[in-house]
Amino acid sequence: MTRKQRRLVLIGSSLGVLAVAVALVLSAMRSSIVFFQSPTDVVEHRLAPGARIRIGGLVKPGSIARGDNLRIRFEVTDGKSDIPVQYQGIVPDLFREGQGVVAEGKLESGGMFVADTVLAKHDERYMPKEVVDALKKSGRWQEGATAGAAK
Amino acid sequence: MIPELGHYALVLALAMGLIQSIAPVIGARRGDSALMALAISTALMQFGFVALSFVALTACYVASDFSVATVFENSHSQMPLIYKISSVWGNHEGSMLLWVLILSVFGTGVAVFGRNLPSTLKALVLAVQSWIACAFYLFILLTSNPFLRIANPPFEGRDLNPILQDPGLAIHPPLLYLGYVGFSMAFSFAIAALIEGRIDAAWARWVRPWTLAAWMFLTLGIAMGSYWAYYTLGWGGFWFWDPVENASLMPWLAGTALLHSAVVMEKRNALKVWTILLAILTFSLSLVGTFLVRSGVLTSVHAFANDPRRGIFILAVLVLFIGGGLTLFAWRAPVLKQGGLFAPVSREGALVFNNLFLTTACLTVLIGTLYPLALESLTSEKITVGGPFFNLTFGPLFIALIFAMPFGPLLAWKRGDLLGAAQRLMTAFGGGLVAVAAAYAIEGHGSVLAPFGVGLAFYVMLGALVDLAERIGLLGAPFATVLARAAGLPRSAWGTAVAHFGLAVTLLGIVCAGTWGTERIIAVKPSEVVSLSGYNLTYDGLAQRRGPNYSVIVANFTVRKGDTEIGTMEPSKRSFASRGMTTNEAALMIRGFGQLYLSLGDTKEDGTAAIRLYYKPMVLLIWIGAVIMMLGGALSLSDRRLRVGAPKPAAKAALQPAE
Repeated sequence: MTRKQRRLVLIGSSLGVLAVAVALVLSAMRSSIVFFQSPTDVVEHRLAPGARIRIGGLVKPGSIARGDNLRIRFEVTDGKSDIPVQYQGIVPDLFREGQGVVAEGKLESGGMFVADTVLAKHDERYMPKEVVDALKKSGRWQEGATAGAAK
Repeated sequence: MIPELGHYALVLALAMGLIQSIAPVIGARRGDSALMALAISTALMQFGFVALSFVALTACYVASDFSVATVFENSHSQMPLIYKISSVWGNHEGSMLLWVLILSVFGTGVAVFGRNLPSTLKALVLAVQSWIACAFYLFILLTSNPFLRIANPPFEGRDLNPILQDPGLAIHPPLLYLGYVGFSMAFSFAIAALIEGRIDAAWARWVRPWTLAAWMFLTLGIAMGSYWAYYTLGWGGFWFWDPVENASLMPWLAGTALLHSAVVMEKRNALKVWTILLAILTFSLSLVGTFLVRSGVLTSVHAFANDPRRGIFILAVLVLFIGGGLTLFAWRAPVLKQGGLFAPVSREGALVFNNLFLTTACLTVLIGTLYPLALESLTSEKITVGGPFFNLTFGPLFIALIFAMPFGPLLAWKRGDLLGAAQRLMTAFGGGLVAVAAAYAIEGHGSVLAPFGVGLAFYVMLGALVDLAERIGLLGAPFATVLARAAGLPRSAWGTAVAHFGLAVTLLGIVCAGTWGTERIIAVKPSEVVSLSGYNLTYDGLAQRRGPNYSVIVANFTVRKGDTEIGTMEPSKRSFASRGMTTNEAALMIRGFGQLYLSLGDTKEDGTAAIRLYYKPMVLLIWIGAVIMMLGGALSLSDRRLRVGAPKPAAKAALQPAE
């Protein structure tokens, strides 16, 4: 083989691998990416049940109800709309009423959100940025009230 | 006084850095050896001043001098000494100072150990190192000064983020930075070679040890971070495909590719242009990793908005070094001479294959990490790209790479025999198939693919052993000959086999722990028994304790295997009053290579405790494999050290046994 042919083999196989990678990325993008929605988004867009999403907002005060076997129900609110959430498992330490929360899972046809992951803020000063954005969108965010929260 | 001293020392380091940035370049142009030699003394003085600055900052932390803003923000007078010291780099400002300290250590390394480097190359390398250093000095002094004072010093600090108060995380950043910054050496050598317009096999021989050392630290650093996340986040995961983790994985992938392409360049004088490009890319990814993690951009685009000055500076530094490096590359790379020829099926070809897959895998990680950021800033749509995405993209590419891995060392340079290599790997194939069958027989449940993962791991481990066995003639030759050959085999050949073996060990751990782990998430009352995978845990109740700067709730469990008592486990939760935070301290019990993992959730007045209990078979192999990989690197490095001092001409190097 001449130098030129060898280079062609090299470039050809590189492009081949790259094409495979692009195909993998595109197919994974379609199937395994989770979109974030605020409660208002969920209510307004009437999302198809069964899609995997993340929702975020505040845990509505007075909405937490604990059941047997670590079952818990609560509502996530952005001030405008509320979404009931059901979860079984251990909630994070800083999961409290009135605090920011992000839940990942599926929306059932009855409007109940069945979460398999619940994330809360890490410390007193931090709030998940998705929550901050969702609150900003619904106009309930008070700048300065939680200084440095978006960090 | 001490903070001012540290601040001043840093300014002096910048002054030295500026001299070192310019003088050696002029010296190299004019062939003025005095100007070139200046780089050595300035490199040493830079190190002296940065070290002084770092010691000054550390002294502020140790003395709990809360008049210094970063000490107030990140330290507490009650903290144990080790965390007082580790909080020096537990924040953005201090970590940047650590970064330049390590950079200056590497610069000193070149100045001291680079006696045999051609003087112009050495001068240029030191100058490029200093460009990087100056950018960082300016960044620290202008936007992230760790020595700033507070007008009215508070009495108590705000404490180090409790998550960081952990021995694992105390040494994780320094290890990671030794890796990141180590790659700056490859970058500096690459830029110097481009400026000179000359590059040869000797160049690769100088670059490889530095890259290898950086790679070892990075490997260990990533493994450390992963183990820390595993035992501290409370749910037993060891890799989350979190942007912060990806930021350290990308330089590792690119650095691994660089290590392999540098071998081709050293041995065969080929792939020069590609090696240079990889060197630039690897360090670029390290820079991205350092900056983006610490600045918080990866978790939120808005972090830029919070401190625009810092953000713009970071962007400027990235554009300057990555853009500048690539521009120089585009301009000067055609000047470099073409290297040796090789057939597609050959050792070189195998290493190209390795590079192709590693860089492509790295690209998928990059896309997965940056795509959410791009999408959000363009469309304000928010998405999460997590494990599933990477399993579908990075996974297949890496599996293909691992499958091909044992072939590489068995192929000859220039023109290899694929069929012959496959025949010699028959034992390994066979062993892999036996492992698949055994995995099905023992653990029939779970994923269908998992036994193949086990088979793949065994095939690679055996492949590494086959390679070694063939080289030392284990079968057929008399024992004395075998021993002599084993002793005569280059350490780098041992290193290759050991590192490849280590990767397979990690793979085995990931497959087993990921597939056959079991879990119980449950609320228990005192004296209740929880059973999992043959282990019975009796809950004995809660206890309160006090730590130096926190209070602890401990849950006591007695563990029995069947009826025999084998020990106790005490998962706990620490509450740090100063930040209103709690951390989870999982209890771990080692069973062979597996672990019982117990972490504590909510507790109630009546002693009821929510717990997460996991049994993770083979989980320790994940990190043991990483340590084996690092040892492989160390073996290879010990071989190189003999030659680094006096590079031999290429003709002589060709006579050495092939790696």
